[in-house]
Amino acid sequence: MSLSVRMQHNLPAIALDLDFEAPPGVTVLFGRSGSGKTTVVNAVAGLLRPQAGRVAVGDWVLFDTDCGVWLPPHRRRLGYIFQEGRLFPHLTVRQNLNYGRWFAPREVQRENPDRVIEMLGIGHLLDRRPAMLSGGEKQRVAIGRALLASPRLILADEPLAALDDARKAEILPYFERLRDEVSVPILYVTHSAAEVARLATSVVALQDGQVVRFGPASEVLADPSVAPAGVRAVGAVLSVRVAAHHNDGLSELDAGGARLFLPRIAHRIGEDLRIRIPAQEVILSNRPPEGLSALNVLSGQVEKIRPGEGPGAIVSVNTPAGIVLARVTRRSVAALGLQQGSSCYAVIKTVALAPQDVGGRVV
Amino acid sequence: MGWLGPAEIEALHLSLRVSLWATLITLPFGIFVAYALARWRFPGRQVLNGLVHLPLILPPVVTGYLLLLTFGIQGPLGGPLAELGIVFAFRWTGAALAAGIMAFPLMVRAIRLSIEAVDPKLEQAGATLGASRLMVFGTVTLPMILPGVIAGAILAFAKAMGEFGATITFVSNIPGQTQTLPSAVYAFLQVPGGEAAATRLVIISIIVAMGALLLSEYVGRRVAKRVAGS
Repeated sequence: MSLSVRMQHNLPAIALDLDFEAPPGVTVLFGRSGSGKTTVVNAVAGLLRPQAGRVAVGDWVLFDTDCGVWLPPHRRRLGYIFQEGRLFPHLTVRQNLNYGRWFAPREVQRENPDRVIEMLGIGHLLDRRPAMLSGGEKQRVAIGRALLASPRLILADEPLAALDDARKAEILPYFERLRDEVSVPILYVTHSAAEVARLATSVVALQDGQVVRFGPASEVLADPSVAPAGVRAVGAVLSVRVAAHHNDGLSELDAGGARLFLPRIAHRIGEDLRIRIPAQEVILSNRPPEGLSALNVLSGQVEKIRPGEGPGAIVSVNTPAGIVLARVTRRSVAALGLQQGSSCYAVIKTVALAPQDVGGRVV
Repeated sequence: MGWLGPAEIEALHLSLRVSLWATLITLPFGIFVAYALARWRFPGRQVLNGLVHLPLILPPVVTGYLLLLTFGIQGPLGGPLAELGIVFAFRWTGAALAAGIMAFPLMVRAIRLSIEAVDPKLEQAGATLGASRLMVFGTVTLPMILPGVIAGAILAFAKAMGEFGATITFVSNIPGQTQTLPSAVYAFLQVPGGEAAATRLVIISIIVAMGALLLSEYVGRRVAKRVAGS
């Protein structure tokens, strides 16, 4: 089911004005803090009433100021996963999980609690209260509680932002499973390029309340002007397949015929994945590199050179593995004689390919 | 209770009955007004806040006189209510009304503080999970403010037990009908040789007040622990 969002809302700090129609899957609202992401999600949830607009899931209208439709939050059939979890402290984990189920009409309850509890690995926590859970456990319970409300739309507002890297790595796979196993549209807010690369079906890049870019993750992430962390977050997203695991602690990936090596990942051989390659971890050479410690070399042609504001430039290289982005200095571009169409080699350090940038492929 | 005379036992009974009813009847109103003051922004909010606190700052005799004017047999509310069979003037029901009104500000303050301590974000979470406003109140807000509600109720009960000025002004000091514990102490002190009976009632008053305070602390702490989830 697709998700269509149109709204105008003036806040003291920003004027929100956006309009997008997202295909089924995970739609990521991506932008700096203060760009209006949370306001959009709260308006979709009905916690905030925009001055004008329309939001619909498929043909089910949540609000439409033109026709005077406004469903209150409790009638919107949502699963809202908040940044801070917001579990009810006076209820046990089991009661928290059941909370949304109490209010969902019986005929729409399609999620089996046992399956959800098993998927999230929270079976041993059921009799505890939220105060006795770790941050990662709380967030897993919050995901379960949202799912068991049998929502028609899942909202997630920076659900990983309050967690450390280890906990993030623990929770992200559950969102991938949500995307791949639950056929409910997901609207996901983040400012992390790694999360976008792993989860997004489509990305809505927000800046000062406006949509500056809308499209698949690989396109939006390649644009330095929209990345919230600026040029550091720019990177290419490649579709790959796990080819082999080697004894020296490396995994081998097949990327459109080219081979990539990275530190051992947990995925099975033959599994389809996508991997984010940060532009600042790629260096370029105009002849086949020799005597280098880097294992990953992709040959290709320069597709585009985009000068940045400072001394740097982003070079897109068309390789058999797909478009790879490299962040190099403008001086190097001149020294190597790079221009559109010229042959070059993209070199990627193996250890620069971090396992947290690797995720299941979008189906 | 062999050491108490019949008049003293009667006063104690009456006081307990008056205070219990005063607390039970005002509790729902107290929760509602506290919630309105804590969560809603509406014109006249400050006026409502002032009205609620009025009995706390007015001289009790003034409150009692206003009650007499309003709820007396000839009063604008007392007259119609009397026709319905609800009479306050010079009845124990009037003592309960006076005690309830005098205790109301304390009750509202305690409950309001606990409502303000509940994170509205939890109530929002309840709404997104399909709970209507009333259900959110019943399943999230109310369980979480329970310590404050209990503390407020016990405080109001203790205040009602001690209410004197408004009660004696509104419903006088009729043994067996409106002579509550403090009124009885006052009456005993007015007659020669009444000091012993007055002293016994004073001791009982202290025990009830201290007991209520300790109970409210204890129950409040137990419930707070359960609500906080540890």
